[in-house]
Amino acid sequence: MTDPLLGAGTETTVPDVLTPTWEYAPAPEARDLVTIRSRSGLFIDGAFHDAADGGTFATISPATEEHLADVALAGDADVDRAVAAARRAFASWSRLPGRERGKYLFRIARLLQERAREFAVLESLDNGKPIRETRDVDVPTAAAHFFYHAGWADKLAWAGLGSHPRPLGVAGQVIPWNFPLLMLAWKVAPALACGNTVVLKPAETTPLTALLFADICQQADLPPGVVNILTGAGETGATLVGHEGIDKVAFTGSTAVGKQIQRRLAGTGRRLTLELGGKAANIVFEDAAMDQAIEGIVDGIFFNQGHVCCAGSRLIVQESVHDLVVDKLTRRLATLRLGDPLDKNTDIGAINSRAQLDRITELADAGEAEGAERWELDCPVPDHGFWFRPTVFTGVSPASRIAQEEIFGPVLSVMTFRTPDEAVAKANNTPYGLSAGIWTEKGSRILAMADRLRAGVVWANTFNRFDPTSPFGGYKESGFGREGGRHGLAAYLTTKAA
Amino acid sequence: MPALVLPTDDVSLDDVTRSASALRRFLAGLPGVDQVGVEKRAAALATRSIKRDAKLFALDLAIRMTDLTTLEGADTPGRVQSLCAKAQRPDPADATVPAVAAVCVYPDRVGIAREALEGTSVRIASVATAFPSGRAPMSAKIADTQFALDEGADEIDMVIDRGAFLSGDYGRVFDEIRAIVERCADTDGRRTPDGRAHLKVILETGELATYDNVRRASWLALIAGADVIKTSTGKVAPAATLPVTLVMLEAVRDFAALTGQMRGVKAAGGIRTAKDAIRYLVVVHETAGGGWLDPEWFRFGASSLLNDVLMQRAKQTHGVYWTADRIPID
Repeated sequence: MTDPLLGAGTETTVPDVLTPTWEYAPAPEARDLVTIRSRSGLFIDGAFHDAADGGTFATISPATEEHLADVALAGDADVDRAVAAARRAFASWSRLPGRERGKYLFRIARLLQERAREFAVLESLDNGKPIRETRDVDVPTAAAHFFYHAGWADKLAWAGLGSHPRPLGVAGQVIPWNFPLLMLAWKVAPALACGNTVVLKPAETTPLTALLFADICQQADLPPGVVNILTGAGETGATLVGHEGIDKVAFTGSTAVGKQIQRRLAGTGRRLTLELGGKAANIVFEDAAMDQAIEGIVDGIFFNQGHVCCAGSRLIVQESVHDLVVDKLTRRLATLRLGDPLDKNTDIGAINSRAQLDRITELADAGEAEGAERWELDCPVPDHGFWFRPTVFTGVSPASRIAQEEIFGPVLSVMTFRTPDEAVAKANNTPYGLSAGIWTEKGSRILAMADRLRAGVVWANTFNRFDPTSPFGGYKESGFGREGGRHGLAAYLTTKAA
Repeated sequence: MPALVLPTDDVSLDDVTRSASALRRFLAGLPGVDQVGVEKRAAALATRSIKRDAKLFALDLAIRMTDLTTLEGADTPGRVQSLCAKAQRPDPADATVPAVAAVCVYPDRVGIAREALEGTSVRIASVATAFPSGRAPMSAKIADTQFALDEGADEIDMVIDRGAFLSGDYGRVFDEIRAIVERCADTDGRRTPDGRAHLKVILETGELATYDNVRRASWLALIAGADVIKTSTGKVAPAATLPVTLVMLEAVRDFAALTGQMRGVKAAGGIRTAKDAIRYLVVVHETAGGGWLDPEWFRFGASSLLNDVLMQRAKQTHGVYWTADRIPID
């Protein structure tokens, strides 16, 4: 067996494999699938109302900065009114047999599926995320949460939370802008299944799918007051979570705001769950299935423009394969398509707001100033809207800001480790503890690592997978309480006698 | 700096092929393939939406990449002749439709195809080495191949001995491929860029059971000197699948980065619609790279695919769907 390449291959040189020779034509999803009301009210007690003081604010498309709609800005009087409506509705909703509540949730789930394209387009427009993701992840997963919890509604006595678990009452829920509809589903579905009623405040920059969801509540004949949706800004949220008429607060958002809420609720006896920031470690061992690990790294940090609290923003890679991983990763990233979120071939959409873009820009610049080596995707960026090129930092010191602070954008910090102990130490060296990823072909190593990583979710050979049956939540400054699965029900039930 | 492809630095293929044990060590040391991950990636690429000009480009490319195939015991000379006519001019009414890459027949039909394709660019591919099972003595496999080459085949589609591969006897598979490589090297005057007969090595991935095996078999065939690695005979289910083809494209991509030599991939069997073909082209484009979007480096082994591509092409150029009766039967 000598002369191994005898007769092989023609005298060709390797072509430039990175330059696209096949331009995909634009494939935009039809924008007119959804009708955007130019002016929307607050959804209180089953109907839309203007804010008591007539206040409104605008929501724009982050991809074009185009004005999409004016929505009502809820003030204190509106919060009072919504909480009162939820309280009234609680009396009958909580006494409804679980089977009957389940029927409403099944109906909502089916309506979400029926109107999936409408939701997908609207979410892409208002949030800036690619239609590929809203169509394939956000909307189907939101529907799945309603289906899953619909099934629980008449089985709560068998959830392991006592033989007669009771609802808490009125839940005040504040959700972020990164997965507007999906976070709504995570909050509303378990609350309703358990017999609570809700007052929900969507994020200031992404109110539109929550308002479309209000439409679905009407279509499903959900009793008035069971779901109330108050659009507004930070003030509205602060009023809601501090309101004396509510029994439980569920918040997903930044750690800073989470801390304020916890201070505010201390001593009130009101229940609280917090799902906050993260700085997840994605750990790649040298024996990993390398091509799939690369895909997992991309999914981990560039999914949803990195606007993911559990994003794998710290890549911790075994030093023997560091160069290989970075090389393969940058070649893979070169195939990402950044642009119009409504184009079905877009992989990377717009940053959600100018404020967020400024924050990402500042942190990325800090990373460069701190001496890390910066690589970014060489691609054109639209003239209008908020855009940030996928960026990878190598040579990142664990002490630098880009290794410590949550960037919440398409920015990956790469560090190395030599031994499993060092990987664990680096992964746990963060105030957060929401998620982590492990890439290895060795099953025993997965189990050993998962045991030692202080993170609420540990993915093995995958990343950013969400399933309603699986509890999601954090350690340390990533919050407390779980959403999804049997554990998630505990956040909306009490075993105390009434 | 050359691109890195393998966890082990400085792989010397000379060392790898020095002994059967070195070859086995190299193949066993290749990074694994995660089944869930590769299938997810293939499914994600399958959602690309290819429209208008991009679609027309893909349809023409798919035609130019097709090995129009007839591999039936009942193949008659007349059927081979009509296939050859269709290969040169897939749509008699539209001269802008390009010719296919090759016709693919059994060795005893190569002579008929050669006469029918005299003076055209359409190559003649012949299956050989006791296709499709590969269960024959080496002397018979070589004689089979030599006969096809003597009859004028431009390309040989050989099958590997899956029994030997699955039992771990990689050295034997290597030696068999090498023997056929040598026969192909010893030819001239063929309709290939270098005049030599080209070799496609059929891995029959439907019998290899795991993606790890697909990756190993791909590297084995590439190291042994295959010009093209091919998924399937079409006689075993499953035949070509998107994730299997993706794994094979990763192998040729990495092989090119490591050695500077371009090799090709052929997806054969089960690809019947233009929509399927476009999905494969997207996987080629975004896995190996734009450089592989060429009939020299990617092929479809298919019989009914061409008809659907012609229908879709007509829709794209004329704006309406034809009745299937306008497409010449094979």
